[in-house]
Amino acid sequence: MLSLDNLIHRSYIIDNVTVVDPARNTLFPGHVVVSEGKIEGVERGRAKEASLPIYDGRGLHLAPGFVDIHVHLREPGHEYKETIATGTLAAVCGGFTSVACMPNTIPAIDDRSVVEFILTQAKIAGLAKVYPIAAATIGRKGEVLSEYHDLVDAGAVAVSDDGAPVGTADMARRVMEYTVPLGIPFVEHCEDMCASGDGVMHEGFHSTQLGLKGIPAHSEEVCLARDLIILGSVKGAKYHAAHMSTGGSVELIRRAKNDGLSVTAETAPHYLCLEDKDLVTYDTNKKINPPLRGAADREAMLEGIKDGTIDCIASDHAPHAANEKQVEFAAAPNGSVGLETMFPLIVTHLVQPGHLTLPQALALITHKPAACLGIPGGTLTRGAAADLVLFDPEERWTVRADDLHSKSKNSAFLGHGVTGRVKVTIVDGVNVMAAKVGV
Amino acid sequence: MTNTTKHLLGLEGMSAEELTRYLDTAESFKEISERPVKKVPALRGITVANLFFENSTRTRISFELAEKRLSADSVNFSASGSSVSKGETLRDTAENIEAMKVDMIVIRHGASGAPHFLASLLDGSVVNAGDGAHEHPTQGLLDMFTLRERWGGFAGRKVVIVGDIAHSRVARSNIYGLVTMGAEVVVCGPPTLMPPDIERLGVRVETNLRKAIEAADAVNVLRLQLERQKKGLFPSVDEYARVWGLNNEVLKNTKKECIVMHPGPMNRGVEIAHDVADGERSVILGQVTNGVAVRMAVLYLLRGGAALEAEESQQSTDAKSREGKQVA
Repeated sequence: MLSLDNLIHRSYIIDNVTVVDPARNTLFPGHVVVSEGKIEGVERGRAKEASLPIYDGRGLHLAPGFVDIHVHLREPGHEYKETIATGTLAAVCGGFTSVACMPNTIPAIDDRSVVEFILTQAKIAGLAKVYPIAAATIGRKGEVLSEYHDLVDAGAVAVSDDGAPVGTADMARRVMEYTVPLGIPFVEHCEDMCASGDGVMHEGFHSTQLGLKGIPAHSEEVCLARDLIILGSVKGAKYHAAHMSTGGSVELIRRAKNDGLSVTAETAPHYLCLEDKDLVTYDTNKKINPPLRGAADREAMLEGIKDGTIDCIASDHAPHAANEKQVEFAAAPNGSVGLETMFPLIVTHLVQPGHLTLPQALALITHKPAACLGIPGGTLTRGAAADLVLFDPEERWTVRADDLHSKSKNSAFLGHGVTGRVKVTIVDGVNVMAAKVGV
Repeated sequence: MTNTTKHLLGLEGMSAEELTRYLDTAESFKEISERPVKKVPALRGITVANLFFENSTRTRISFELAEKRLSADSVNFSASGSSVSKGETLRDTAENIEAMKVDMIVIRHGASGAPHFLASLLDGSVVNAGDGAHEHPTQGLLDMFTLRERWGGFAGRKVVIVGDIAHSRVARSNIYGLVTMGAEVVVCGPPTLMPPDIERLGVRVETNLRKAIEAADAVNVLRLQLERQKKGLFPSVDEYARVWGLNNEVLKNTKKECIVMHPGPMNRGVEIAHDVADGERSVILGQVTNGVAVRMAVLYLLRGGAALEAEESQQSTDAKSREGKQVA
C-alpha cells in the first residue's frame, strides 16, 4: 500500500482507517474512495477492489475536513499579523479545509473588490477554502448598509461587523431585514460597548483581585437580548450569535430556540477550556474579547454544547504580532490564534472527559458550523468534495509557539498538554499539508 | 537577616512571617532617619532606577530618600520627560535601562500588572511602587507599620478602609496584608465604587460610614480621584463628601482611640475634613515618615534576596568549573 505522505493520484482509496462520520453519528473501521477530487464512497471494512491505487491510513481516524466559521485572516491590511496564505496554512495544519473569514480588515470587506481579492489570494495559496463574511455596514461603522447583493454575488456568505457589534437597534433591524431575500445569516458580535467601557477582562472576583477593569457578562447578554427581540419581528431573517461566552447568553439562546426563532450560536474553545482565574499571571495571550469568563459560565457553556443550544465551535482565530502582545495587559490587543489547537482541545476537553463521543464532538466543527452559514463542507456524502482530515486521536503533545504555522504565535494555550493530532489534510482530493509543509 | 524573594510585586499571598520580617526590618531602619548623619552603607555600589510612569511626589521622594540613606546610587525616570512620550514600549525602556547595569527597578505604572511584566523580562529586582488599581505594597506595609507601632500587633483590631475601593491599589495591598495578620477589615464606599466579590478577600462591605466605623481602631481614608465623577460613578463631590467624607461628627460613632490614616495626597474637605486631617487622631504625617523606613527595609531585604540568589548560582558555577578565578 502507498503512503499518504506521497499522495499523487486524483482517484484513489484510503484504506485501513477508522471512519468518523459526524453527520451520521457513526464511527467504524472502513475505507474511503476518492474520485477526481470528490468522495465516491465510504464503506465499512477493508478495500477489496484493486482497480485504484490504495493508500494506507493505518492507525489513523478519517473525518470530513473541519470547518471554522470564525477566523481573522488579517489580509488585506494587517499582513504583518497574518496573510491569507499563512492563515490557510494554519487552517490545514489544524485539519480545517474550510474557513469563513471576518470583515475587520483594512479596507473592510464591504465592497465586491475586497471579496474578489480574498478569493483570489485563497486560490493562489491553494490550501483551505475561504468563505468571506462581508461587513454588515460600510466600514463596519454601523451607519450605511453594505451592498449585500453585490457582495453575495462575488462570494460572500454572511454579513457581520465582527470585532464590533452593529451598534444600534435600528441598524440591527435593517441588517436583518435586508438579508432576508438573500437567505444569508447576520453574524453578530454581541457587545454593548458602553457596558464594556474600557474593561479588559471579565468582571468578577478576579478582576477585583488583579485590579483590572471588568467587562460584565451583561455586556454580551444585553446586545444578544436586543437582537433576539428584534429577530422575533423580522420574518425570514437568520441570526448567528458569534463567540458566545456567558451562561446568561446560553440561556437566552435556549429560550429563543424554544420560541422557534431562527437563531444559531457558536462558542470558542477558550470559553470551554479556560476561565478568568487563568489570567493571574497577566498573560496577554489570554486577553480575548469577549473575555475569558467565570467558572459558572464555562460550565453553562459546556451544558449548552451538550444539549445543542450552542450549535458549533469556532476558533475566533485572531493573530497578533509578538510585539503587540508584549506590552502591559491593558494595552495588549484582544485575541488568540486558534486554528491549530481547536481540534486537540476538543478531544482533550470534550471527548476524553466523556462529555461527548468523538462523532458528536466533531459535528461541532464539521457539518454543524457549515449549516450555520449555509456553506458546503463537513460531510462524507457521496459526490461531495473530497475534503478530508486524518488524525491520531491519541497522540499527546504540548502546544509550543514553534509548532504553530500561523504567522503569529499568540496562543492562549502555549504550554498546554493536549491529546489528538492532525496528520493529513486533504482538500479536493489533494494532500495540501504534504505539499506545503513537507510533512 | 535575609530574604529569599527577589521582587516585591504585591502583598497578596505573602505569609504573616514574611510581612513581619519587612515590618521588623523597617523598625530597625527607622532609627537611621533620626540620626544627624542619615546614612548607612548597606546598598553601597548598588544602582536603583526609579521608573515613574505616573505622577507621584510622595512615593518617588520616599523611595529616593530610602535609596540615598542606604548609600545606593539612584537614577530617576519619569514618563513625561522620557522616550515613552516618543512611543517606546515599556519593554524597550526597561531593557535599555537594565542594559546600563541597573540592579533594582522601582516602578510606578498606570497599568495593573506592569511590574509583573517587567519581572518576567528583567534580571534585576523589581519593586512595585503602585500598579494601576492592583497593588501598592510599600504603602500597604507602611500603613501596617504605622498601625503596629501603635498597637504592637493586629489581632482583635478593626480597620475601616473608606473610599473608592474599586480603583484603589492602596486598599488591595492593605486588605491582603491586614487580613493575613489577623485584623478585621471593613471596606466602605458608594456601591458604584465597590469592586465585585471583594468579600472573597476576607473583608466585610458596609456602605454606611457611620455603621462601618463603629468600634473601629483605625480608619484609612482613600483619596477620591475626582475624574471618577466625570465617568458617572457618583453624582457630585458635594454628595460624596456629605455621605462618605470623614469628619468629626462621623467620628463620634467610634472609639476614642481610633486613629485616622490617609495615603495622600488629600482632598481636604472632600474625603477628609480639614480638622480631622490635622486633628489628634491623625497619623498621616507619621505614615509618611514611616514610608522611608519601610522602603529602606524593602530595598535592603530584596537586595539580600538577590545577593543570596547570586551566591547560590555562583556556588553552582564554581562547583561546575573548578578552574578559573572570576575576573574581579
